Formats: sequence, structure tokens, C-alpha cells
Amino acid sequence: MNRSIRKVAVALVVLLAALFVNLNFVQVVKGSELRDDSRNRRVLLNEYASPRGDVNVQGTAIAHSKATSDDLKYLRVYPQGRLYAAVSGYYSFIYGTSGIEQAEDGVLSGNSDKLFGSRVSDLLTGRNQRGGSVELTLDKAAQQAAYANLVKDNRGNARAGAVVALDPATGAILAAVSSPSFDPSLLSSHNSRTIQRTWTSLRPDSATSPLVNRALQQRYPPGSTFKTIVSAAALKDGVTAETNLISPNGYFPETGATGPCNGTNPACVQNFGGESCHGGKTATLTYAFAKSCNTTFAALAVEKLGGRKIADEAKLFGFDSTTALQVPLSVATSTVGTRADLSRNGFLARTAFGQQDVSMTPLQGAMIASAVADDGILMQPYLVDKEVAPNLSVLNKTEPTQLSQVLDPDLDHNLQSMMEAVVTAPEGTGHPARITDIPGVAVGGKTGTADTGRTLPNGRAEAPHAWFIGYAMQNGVAKIAVAVLIEHGGVQGNETTGGEAAAPVAKAVMEAYLRAHPGN
Amino acid sequence: MSAPVTQPRYPTRRNAELVLLVFAVLIVVAAEAAVEATRDGHFSSHLITYAAVPIGVGLVAHLVIRRVAPYADPLLLPIAVLLNGLGLVMIHRLDLGLKQQADQNGGTFSAAAPTQVLWTAIGVALFVGLIVLVRDHRILQRYAYTLALVGLVFLLLPTILPARFAEVNGARIWIRLAGFSIQPGEFAKILLTIFGAAYLVAKRDVLSLAGRRLGFSLGRRFIGFDLPRGRDFGPVLAAWLICIAVLVRGHDLGTSLLFFGLFIVLLYVTTERVSWVVIGVLLFAVGAYVSYKLFGTVQTRVGVWLHVFDAVHDQDGYQLRQSLFGLGTGGVFGTGLGAGHPELVPLPATDFIISSFGEETGLFGAVAILMLYVLFVARGLATALSVRDAFGKLFATGLSFLVALQLFVVIAGVTRLLPETGLTTPFLSYGGSSLLANWLLLALLLRVSDAARRPATAPPARPAGEKVGVPG
Repeated sequence: MNRSIRKVAVALVVLLAALFVNLNFVQVVKGSELRDDSRNRRVLLNEYASPRGDVNVQGTAIAHSKATSDDLKYLRVYPQGRLYAAVSGYYSFIYGTSGIEQAEDGVLSGNSDKLFGSRVSDLLTGRNQRGGSVELTLDKAAQQAAYANLVKDNRGNARAGAVVALDPATGAILAAVSSPSFDPSLLSSHNSRTIQRTWTSLRPDSATSPLVNRALQQRYPPGSTFKTIVSAAALKDGVTAETNLISPNGYFPETGATGPCNGTNPACVQNFGGESCHGGKTATLTYAFAKSCNTTFAALAVEKLGGRKIADEAKLFGFDSTTALQVPLSVATSTVGTRADLSRNGFLARTAFGQQDVSMTPLQGAMIASAVADDGILMQPYLVDKEVAPNLSVLNKTEPTQLSQVLDPDLDHNLQSMMEAVVTAPEGTGHPARITDIPGVAVGGKTGTADTGRTLPNGRAEAPHAWFIGYAMQNGVAKIAVAVLIEHGGVQGNETTGGEAAAPVAKAVMEAYLRAHPGN
Repeated sequence: MSAPVTQPRYPTRRNAELVLLVFAVLIVVAAEAAVEATRDGHFSSHLITYAAVPIGVGLVAHLVIRRVAPYADPLLLPIAVLLNGLGLVMIHRLDLGLKQQADQNGGTFSAAAPTQVLWTAIGVALFVGLIVLVRDHRILQRYAYTLALVGLVFLLLPTILPARFAEVNGARIWIRLAGFSIQPGEFAKILLTIFGAAYLVAKRDVLSLAGRRLGFSLGRRFIGFDLPRGRDFGPVLAAWLICIAVLVRGHDLGTSLLFFGLFIVLLYVTTERVSWVVIGVLLFAVGAYVSYKLFGTVQTRVGVWLHVFDAVHDQDGYQLRQSLFGLGTGGVFGTGLGAGHPELVPLPATDFIISSFGEETGLFGAVAILMLYVLFVARGLATALSVRDAFGKLFATGLSFLVALQLFVVIAGVTRLLPETGLTTPFLSYGGSSLLANWLLLALLLRVSDAARRPATAPPARPAGEKVGVPG
């Protein structure tokens, strides 16, 4: 019998060896895959087991972790949810994170290498790991004014669009709003049904979803606001504010011919609504800029500047940068279009007034205004002022950095005068942005009414987007630069409508900011 | 023989057992301390309870063994105490997790650890009773047929009883009476091992007779094997049919696999004929295939096993999936006792207790527990090798094999090596019947090992006047 008992023993050793090998396979080889499976709640429970740091705006938490009694111990709440949603993002255990929650996750969760010391001390004192907090650059007054004025027009109709405001001297983002907004608290709930219902109602796959960050990640045709860049290129090229430029009623870029367009001829560039510009012969750069004459800029680009110089200037303003901007949320890169857009006259003419394939984010719009306001110096935009450890020591403070000098200061002053003329000159399209009741304030800007190039199901062209980019100077100091975009906020063929819809929002933001920060 | 010279002293190894018991207690207390430190941040009076259980159990069992089975194997008891103690700590730890879960979901919760303490105490009482009562394992042969009948009743009763007395969670393996439920199959496995060993020892000569040869001759060597005689198939077929009955009526894959495996191994050890193993495997394969075709529960378990991550098995694969997630999250070193989430696996304290250990103590802890069982089974088989009587050999092999196969089937199930079958982990899992049966098994194994290691000249430890069954 002993012989067969030994054989049974060998067989059992084989079985137990199989268990050993399989345990190794499950726990080691497949371990990380199983750990990271979305249906494995363990990682999530650990993540929620320690409080996440606050996201603060001027000392007030806009994202905060609240202790709860359920198994995910801390609930993420956003006290002013919709107001800051475009920046804060959400923190959902089903759909992941977005916004600052995503970009600053390391500090907020406490997992960042910067917080290594803090983690060690928590371990030694037996405390739960704690996250650090993040101080944003946002300004409450600017953000609130932007949100309140953007989401509804004065008749109470909901509007889609975005507002971005910058401090021209530093690049600090003072306001960033995307409309329609959403309540991140609902997506960060601990109830998966609430989360899923909210998510579905936000139509995540739609291009018009509230989850789309229109301020930073959505690109729109800039329309006439792009004339600011063409003007900067022209000033560099020797054109002055007072140079007379040809301003025909119709311009044929392929042939260089001028004359009336006779209806909607795609080969012919005309002004908005077929209007004439300063009598249809010539106009100064200042006049053409203020009145936003398309033919003047089309001819200027085709006859004088060429695509190269416009593209180079646009690059200085931040277009077509090789590395995407991180503020630290990633920003969509604005572009002047393809090589063909710059080399073929027909395309170049339309590029000159911000159509064809030019597209930019509202943040890029604010960067244009900001650079002009600050003597041609473009600062790197940023959203995080400070990262603060749980023990309140500052881990990191953002130092403003210059991105480029878009224009020499003296030439830039000409461009400032041109932008101020948009708001003040009789022919200007940006009058609604003018601030009169705060002393010492000068506002400059540029309006835009950008065709989307799409037609509605009824065959008519879609209503154009309304733009305003501008800045406010107080006693010669650039205080704030703003870009406002209202989706389909304009009326086809009427340049003043862009200014009428978008400029009041910009004015409200600038005024609110100036009142909140009086003096210099 | 007139003047006996001084006998050489044979080591009993009882002191080694005592030292090992001290280690077992220390490990259990350390584990409980780790749980409390992690969960509450301080030690509580529970620590005394969880130290008292292994100390009490170990001391009582040790003193009784010293008295009635002084030559018994010194490793078996400490391993059992350690596994029982660790199981208790994990059950307590799972109580903490499940209580928190119930508090949050507003569900009801009742602690399992106090019940397990009670079962442990009863288990040790039964252990003492059995080892004191049965002073020579060969006595058991006399009652082989009676015990077999009791075993069969135990095994088949739940499958005959109405579902309200017998069914829990879809498996008809229980007898429920007056709020008290036992799994008679756990006891039946020991009774049938006794019967199997006794029966086969009695019939071994007949069973070894060769019938037809199957195979071919290559020169002077014969390749193949001798088939047993047709009439000897009777008991094998009977065992097979009983196992099929358990499977069909009780939906209990694990128990039927356990019994059939046990019977085939005993048959093989008795006859040393591979043909029995081949026939057994074939019969089992046929049974498994037919039951797969006929029964939805078997199909579900196989489906879950093959496609546990598919959306189709979102519901019925949840338990196994959570078990795998737990094991994967534990990784090599584990999350630490008390720091994981083993309570996410439904019914974590019974079938899936090993994945709780895998999650919180990692691969290291799970393999350490596996090694404890390897040692236990190795000591059992060593007993079988060294005991002198054939019944003892067969009996010790059977008991060791039961522990080994049960462990294999359970761990293979929760780690997705094989379809999940629903058996408990010996000594470790929560569950009264399982714990009691395993303490009884330990008593019998110690009794055989006492006989195996007892010097030939020493008198058997039995009350005067009792008759001993004739071996063979």
C-alpha cells in the first residue's frame, strides 16, 4: 500500500502546486489589471477614504470634501456648482474627473510627489492621508458678472457661449465661464443612479453638451476679431493707422479686380450686408478697423501682406503653437488654417477677416486683447495661483511668464488707439462696451460676427457667432482683457449685431472687475 | 522475556507540540492586534477573547492528547489551532466590515464571530470526546456498516427532505430544525471514509484480482492495464450513483466530487491498480458532462468560470469577480489586515475566506496558509505510511485526502482555476458543521498517528478489559 500512498501524495503535490501557480497568476501577473478594473470598487473606496483638498477662489472653496456616513467617506461638493463648473470640473466615480479636479489631482488627492513629506508625517502620526488645496487666480466679481450676463440675454433667453478674462500684466485668468453650464455636485454624487441620470441629461456625446468647455476647449471662427492680428502684421509691415487702404464695395481676390459683387458671388468679398466702407474707395486702417470693413482687410492681406506675415504674427499671439497650452487645463490650439488657406488668394482674403479655416478658443481671443493692452507683451495664461500643502505651506506659486512680444510698444500703442476707436469712434461697432461712469477708464476692443458656414435644415444660413474681445485701461494701466463669445448671437450680414450681443457682456465683466479693484 | 531490560525512551514530541501551540497563539494574537490597530487605531478587550480561544483550545486538546494519545503527531494540533484561530480573526474582521456596510445601507447585520467561538468550543468538546472514547482506531472497523448507513442517511437526507428543511442559497445540503441548521454531508464524509477503508481492507484481495487486460504487448513489456473483474464494479458504481444523486438532488457539485474522489483514491491505494483511477475519472467525466447538459446550475457555474468578466454574467458572476478583484488588489503583500475590503465579496466568511486572506495578507499570506495545509496533509500521509495496520493506512490516507481535495476544490474555485463548487475551507471557514466535522477528523487522524508512532512494545492506551478488533 505504501507505494500507492506515495503516488497519491505526489498527485496531491501536483494539485497544490497548481493552486500555487494560479494564485501567483491571479495576484501578481493579473494583479494590476484586476486592481484597475472599473468594476472593482476597492481602489475607489481607498480614494474616497481620505479628504480631498479644497479648490479655492479668493479664499472661498468652490470644491470641497464633506464627510459623509456612507462607505465612500467623503463627498465632493461644489457650493456654487454651475458658476465655476468650466474650471472646477467634476469628480465622479463612474465618469472620472475633469477640469482642475483632473489637472490638479495629484495635489488634491495628496498623491503628488510634492506632498511626499506630508504623507510620511500622516503615516507616522496615524492620520489619514490628506490632500493639498489649490488657490485659483479667478476673481469672484469678474466670474459672477461673466456668468450672470452670459447665460441669459436681457430678454431672459438662454444663451450658449463663453467668457474668458485675463489680467494682461500677468496672464492670470480672472474669469472663465462656459454656457450652458452644469452642476458638478450631481456628477460627483455617491449615488450612481443620480450620476448616470445627470450624465445622460448632459448629452455627453453631443457637440453642444454642457460638458464641452467652450472657454478653453472649443474653437470657433474668430470673424472680424482676427483683424486685430492682421492689423498688427500690417503695422509691423510699415502700414500706419492713418495709411489709406483700398476699400472697394466688392473685391475679387483671385483677379485683384474691384467692383460690386452683384449678389452672393463666392469669388467676391464684400462687406457685411454689402455695405460700403467710407464711400467705397479708400479708408484709413483705423477707419476700416473700427467699421470692420472686410474688403479693406482682404485686399490688404492679398495685395500687401501675404499669408506668411499674417501666420507669423498669429503665431506670436499663440496660434498654431506646437505645444498645447496647459493652464493647467489643456487648451485647444487655435489655428489660422492650412497652408493652402495662406497661399491661395481666394482663401487668404477670407482668412484676413477670420473666416475660411481660422478658428480660435475664447481664451485665445482674450490673449489677443491682453497682449495689445499690455504694450504687446503676451503673458502665459494660468489658472492656478498656488498649491498649498495640508500644513498650509506653499508647495508651488505660479510665476508669470512672458510668451512673446507680439508688437513693439510704440506700434502697439497705435493698435490700442485703433481698438479704442472701435468703442468710441462714430463708425465703431463696439459702442456697447464703453464704460463711462468710472473715471479714467478707456476701453478698447474688436467685435466679430463669424459665419459658421453651416446651413439650417430650412436652407437658410445658421446665425453667426457674436464675438467681442477687448480690454479696459485705467489711468493708462491695463487692468483686464476679456473675450466674449455668444454662439449664434449675431444676425447674418450685420456686423454690428456681434458687438450688440457680446460687447455688453464684456463691459459688465470689466466694470465689475474695475469696481471690485478700484484705483491702481 | 523473563527480565525486561530498561526500555529505550521513545520521544513523544509532546513538548514540541506545546511550543508550536505557543507560536500558533502568538500568530493569532498578532493578527487580531493588526486588525484592531487598523480598524480602530487602538487595542480593545476583544484581543483577550481572541487570545483566549486558541490558548483554551490548544491547552485542552494538548492535555488530553498527552494523556490518551501521547505518541500522536506533534504538528497536526498546532496547525489546526492556528487555522481555526486565524479563521476566527478573519471572521471577526469581516464582521467589522459587514457591520459598517449594513450601517451605511440600513441593512441588518448579525455578528458571526461569537457563533464561531461557540462552534469552536463545541468542536473541541467533540474532539476530546472522540479521542477519549476511541482508544484504538481499529475498533471502528467493527461498526463499518452501521456507520456507513448513518453516513448515507446523513448524505441523502437533505436531498429527500422538502426544500424548506433542506435548502439554503439554492443548495439542498442542509437539515434545518428549530432555527438550527447543520450540513450533515460534512459528517457523512468521515463516516463514509471509515466505511470505505474498512470495506476495502476486507475485500482487497478480491478487488486486486485481474479481469481482462487492456493494452498491447511490446516485446516482453506490457503497455496498458488490467481491467478489474466485472462483478467488482458493483461498489464503484454504487458510490458513483450515490454521488450523482447528491449532485442531482442537492445541486452540490463539491460534495459529490469530494466523495467520488475519496472512493477512487481509497480503491487505488488498496489495489495499487491504475485501472481504478482511469475508470473513476471516466465515470466522473461522464457524470459531470451529463449533469452539465441537464442542470442549469452547473451550466451557470461553468459559464461564470469561463466568462466571469462578460456582461452576461454581471449578476451571477459577481461573487467570483469580487473575489478575483480582492486577490488582485491584495497583490504580493496584501493591503494589511483590516485595511482591505474583503466584505465586498458576498458571503466572504464561508466559501471565499481564502480570498479575504489573499486580499489582506497578499500572495504571501495565502501561500503561507496553503503551506499549513500542505504540512497538515503531509503529516497525515506520513501517518498512513508508518502505521502498521492496513485499515489504519487506508483510513489516514482517506482523511488526509479529504482535507487536501476539499482545500483544492475550494481554492481552485475562488481563484478561478476550476468552476466554483461551494465547499468550506477546513478549520478556516465560518460554519458549524464544517468546523465540528474537521475537529472530529483531527481526533481520528491523531488517534491513527498515535498508533503509528507508538513503539511496538508500549501498551496501547486503552482502558483495561476492552476488546480490540482483529486487524486486517
